[in-house]
Amino acid sequence: MEIFSDVRNILRLLSGLWVTLRISLTAVGLSVPFGVAFGLLMTWKNPVCKVLSRIILEFVRIMPQLVLLFLAYFGVTRAFGWNLSGGTASVIVFAVWGTAELGDLTRGAIASIPKHQFESAYALGLSKLHVYLNVILPQTVRRLIPPAINLVTRMIKTTSLVVLIGVVEVLKVGQQIIEANRYTFPKAAVAVYLVIFFLYFAACYPISLAAKKLEKRMNG
Amino acid sequence: MDWSFIVKYLPAYTEAAGLTLRLAAEGIALSLIAGALFSVVLYLKIPVISKILNAYIGLARNTPLLVQLFLLYFGLPKIGVRLSGETCAIIGMAFLGGAYMAESLRSGLEAVERIQYESALSLGLSGAQTIRYVMFPQGLAIAIPGVTANIIFLIKETSVFSAVALADLMFVAKDLIGLYYSTGEALIMLVAWYIIILLPVSLLASYAERRIRRSGYGNI
Repeated sequence: MEIFSDVRNILRLLSGLWVTLRISLTAVGLSVPFGVAFGLLMTWKNPVCKVLSRIILEFVRIMPQLVLLFLAYFGVTRAFGWNLSGGTASVIVFAVWGTAELGDLTRGAIASIPKHQFESAYALGLSKLHVYLNVILPQTVRRLIPPAINLVTRMIKTTSLVVLIGVVEVLKVGQQIIEANRYTFPKAAVAVYLVIFFLYFAACYPISLAAKKLEKRMNG
Repeated sequence: MDWSFIVKYLPAYTEAAGLTLRLAAEGIALSLIAGALFSVVLYLKIPVISKILNAYIGLARNTPLLVQLFLLYFGLPKIGVRLSGETCAIIGMAFLGGAYMAESLRSGLEAVERIQYESALSLGLSGAQTIRYVMFPQGLAIAIPGVTANIIFLIKETSVFSAVALADLMFVAKDLIGLYYSTGEALIMLVAWYIIILLPVSLLASYAERRIRRSGYGNI
């Protein structure tokens, strides 16, 4: 642990963690509007739209996130000649993944709203837009929040994979610190990886706890 | 698309897929065993042990597998514990999966009505018999959706094993991209293999879920 007597090392790790968090939070920010829109699209009864959205959803959910990252980082470059940086590729992948997952959660939440809510709202003479905006969505959001918060922790955890497509984030910074101190602290690796382990824990645990609390309050 | 390339390297992928499947099977088996034991301890609220288990579950669920693997594979050798990549992978999977399975199975057990437990005891079954013959079959039926979701999640997580020098599907794909720049072919085979592995599991999972809902096991 003596490697962290130099405060700069801790600061470097924290700046690495920030890279991870920035990628996941940007992706979360993008997936909220797109995810809700995708969820609404999936409740639409048009057969073509239903099949198409189902295929997209299953593909994104079945593929390991690392495969999606490879597809965006290596595949897109090759197929279209766009030179995406590792960071951009990861934001795109996590936004797409988040949109699919949140879309499915939204679809489930809308489906769980009793049918009479729609029918009563229409019977009261509300337009379709008003029914969704003022009656259905407010109830959907309540059911959606706990699983959506859980999705955020999953996204933060999964962002650790971006190191494998060359983004300099907390694990890479950790490796750099270990290499730079190879001769002064040859055993630093344990301490550095342990600190990274607990940094992730510190980032995710409060969010998981909040999700659990909210879930209990809504059920109870 | 270079078909001769695909034919030439198909055996390498098949072998890698075998490794992915074997590691996934071992990891899932271990996490199911661990999860079953842990869930019983948590359900019975055995004093000190369940506190420790709760802490473990918090740690395992809120940190990424990749960081756990780095700690095991690159950190521990510095303090004299040298594990092979495969051992690390299986330990990491069991550590992560055990926590997820314990949570799902515990919530399954808790969803079984308390009266079942009390009636079994009053009929003269021992505590172990009650858990084994009365609680577990019912709890498992309720927990199936969660457990199958965990199994799919764990199979997907095996994609990070290439980071600890295991020649799994990701590793082969990355190798071929690096060696021959045949990005398109390498990625298509990668995606195809993950679909071959995961689609049947996903279909089986939704079949099991429907089946259990229809059977209306116990008091559901």
